[in-house]
Amino acid sequence: MLKIKNLHAQIEDKDILKGIDLEIKAGEIHAIMGPNGSGKSTLASVITGKEEYEITKGEILFENEDLDEVSPEERAHKGIFMSFQYPIEIPGITTTNFIKTAINETRKANGENDMPAKDMLNMLREKCDLLDIDQKFLSRSINDGFSGGEKKRNEIFQMAMLEPKLAILDETDSGLDIDALKIVANGVNKLKSEDNCVLVITHYQRLLDHIVPDFVHVLFDGKIVKSGGKELAFELEEKGYDWIKEEIK
Amino acid sequence: MFELKEKLLSSFIAFENQKDIDSYVHGIRTKAIKNFEEEGFPTKKLENWKYTSLKKTLNHDFKLFPTVTEALEFKDIKDFLIDDIESYKIIFVDGKYCSHLSETTHEGMDICILSSALSQSKYDLIIENYFDKISKKDGITSLNTAFSSEGSYIHIPKNVQVDKPIQVIYFSTAKNESVLHQPRNLIVVDENSQVEIIERHQSLSNNRILVNSVSEIYCNQRSIVQHYKIQDDNKDASLIDNTFVSQQRNSDYTLHTFSLGGELTRNNLSIFQNDERIESTIKGITIIGENQHVDHNTLIHHKKPNCNSYQDYKGIFGENSVGVFNGQVLVEKEAQKTNAFQANNNVLLSDKATINTKPQLEIFADDVKCSHGCTIGQLDKNALFYLRSRGIPKKEAMALLMYGFANKVLGSVNIPEVKTRINDIIANKLGVKMGFDI
Repeated sequence: MLKIKNLHAQIEDKDILKGIDLEIKAGEIHAIMGPNGSGKSTLASVITGKEEYEITKGEILFENEDLDEVSPEERAHKGIFMSFQYPIEIPGITTTNFIKTAINETRKANGENDMPAKDMLNMLREKCDLLDIDQKFLSRSINDGFSGGEKKRNEIFQMAMLEPKLAILDETDSGLDIDALKIVANGVNKLKSEDNCVLVITHYQRLLDHIVPDFVHVLFDGKIVKSGGKELAFELEEKGYDWIKEEIK
Repeated sequence: MFELKEKLLSSFIAFENQKDIDSYVHGIRTKAIKNFEEEGFPTKKLENWKYTSLKKTLNHDFKLFPTVTEALEFKDIKDFLIDDIESYKIIFVDGKYCSHLSETTHEGMDICILSSALSQSKYDLIIENYFDKISKKDGITSLNTAFSSEGSYIHIPKNVQVDKPIQVIYFSTAKNESVLHQPRNLIVVDENSQVEIIERHQSLSNNRILVNSVSEIYCNQRSIVQHYKIQDDNKDASLIDNTFVSQQRNSDYTLHTFSLGGELTRNNLSIFQNDERIESTIKGITIIGENQHVDHNTLIHHKKPNCNSYQDYKGIFGENSVGVFNGQVLVEKEAQKTNAFQANNNVLLSDKATINTKPQLEIFADDVKCSHGCTIGQLDKNALFYLRSRGIPKKEAMALLMYGFANKVLGSVNIPEVKTRINDIIANKLGVKMGFDI
């Protein structure tokens, strides 16, 4: 589904990604771990098309289509979603109106009509239940005055509404207490199917107890330096990242 | 400009001769025309008019006393009313009161017209106590005073909560002529009473319209007044709105000004806090584009201790539009424990758009909390990316962000139908489809 080949990217002339190869197939969950500043969030931003980043070499293919020159909204229309590490607060627009606009713009781009209001309402209710969200929260402005945990839950709620093919979870566990973490992970697991895939970006192994990855990759200084199964995450949790630094020297 | 002034001066004599020259107001008018003769129209040389020139606006052969050319029916004006609520209505067409479109009352309160209040002796006391008592004596206000003869007259006596909002709307239907209108509103709300007023000036023609309006509003002890100005006129219409508010102990005055249309709009707003424990809240949303100019000139005069004032003006300026915000807060030495907050946030959508923003805090008391903040910016890039990453195209995402920015001001609007209407106008202006909630 997602194929990244020898990806190099920079921001303001500073090289961040220095040759990444990664393939995620439908039905798979991949985790990317790594120390601060290794390029994890940059990778997420580059896949979703943030314009400040420039791809200098290599390519990103999504369902065999090169994403270079594809705008962030078009990537979303193709089914790419990112749960933000720091979700943005936007006062004055309710979550409902935001989601409604996002869904209908995506449908429009894919040649479909607006979702009927009744279906939209049912879906909103269903996904609220899934993530244990009070419906009142939908009529509040997007993330405005939300706690860290509420913001992250709102991200996964949006994911549930948009039903992406590729979901990138950028540090979704930060700011969540253990109960919220379980709810969010449970939500992600329920949305997971053989037709979509998930890329989890995290520092810690604890989220991976609940969203169990098929593959774990270690990102260090802009490159994937080690890949393995879920046991690699335990090893990292136990030993930290220093042994990897040693190993690659 | 000179010609218009001469024309006004010479027609005053004929105008005033038709009136009862023994009346109290005759003296006021005569004095006012002298004021106007001395002061004339404001020019950019005056500090308060530095960024707004009336030169082009005044350069038309205005007819001073319009004739009613067309009888309007409800269907002609429906779109400009908040028509889905019960309300009192004081409707004027081409300067004349239009009874068949209005709904006024004298039961337990007076919601009627100024011309009848000026001509009947039972209103003398109110007129003598309140008429032209707080309006400024500058050229533009004096001009209105000199020709003041018609407008709304609202007197709410003690302990009355007016059961529904009052809509005051001035229509202009001018055919083949430019017209100057000078409506005059007098609003007196007595002790412990409460009222909501929606005010609008609307041209229904493509001719040049200039409205020079003056409102005097008296909020007596413990009264609550909520006032809305909907300024969404067509592009050949300009408005100079002079509003003066006098507040007594424990009174609460709130004004929302929605400046969304018109060619030139100048709001002169002065609020005088004459006693303790007074609340004054003024908020504005300005969204304008090509060849439009909106100037908010506000004064909040804190005279006594323990009062609050809160100002929040937001503007979105496209094309070659010009915005001005000049917010004066004057805190006298006696006015200790004053809380005065002022914010003016602006978004410029084009390189050609201009905003001149000037907070002007003059504080003579030492134990006060006064803050002000002005921002001028473009839309937040991270917020834009966030919306786009959810599939909302750039153009729609920008519109949505502007909508959100402006919409924040609507939180304090207490009449849901007004909120919905303004919301719709804003969404429509910005090309945003809204109106879905659970």
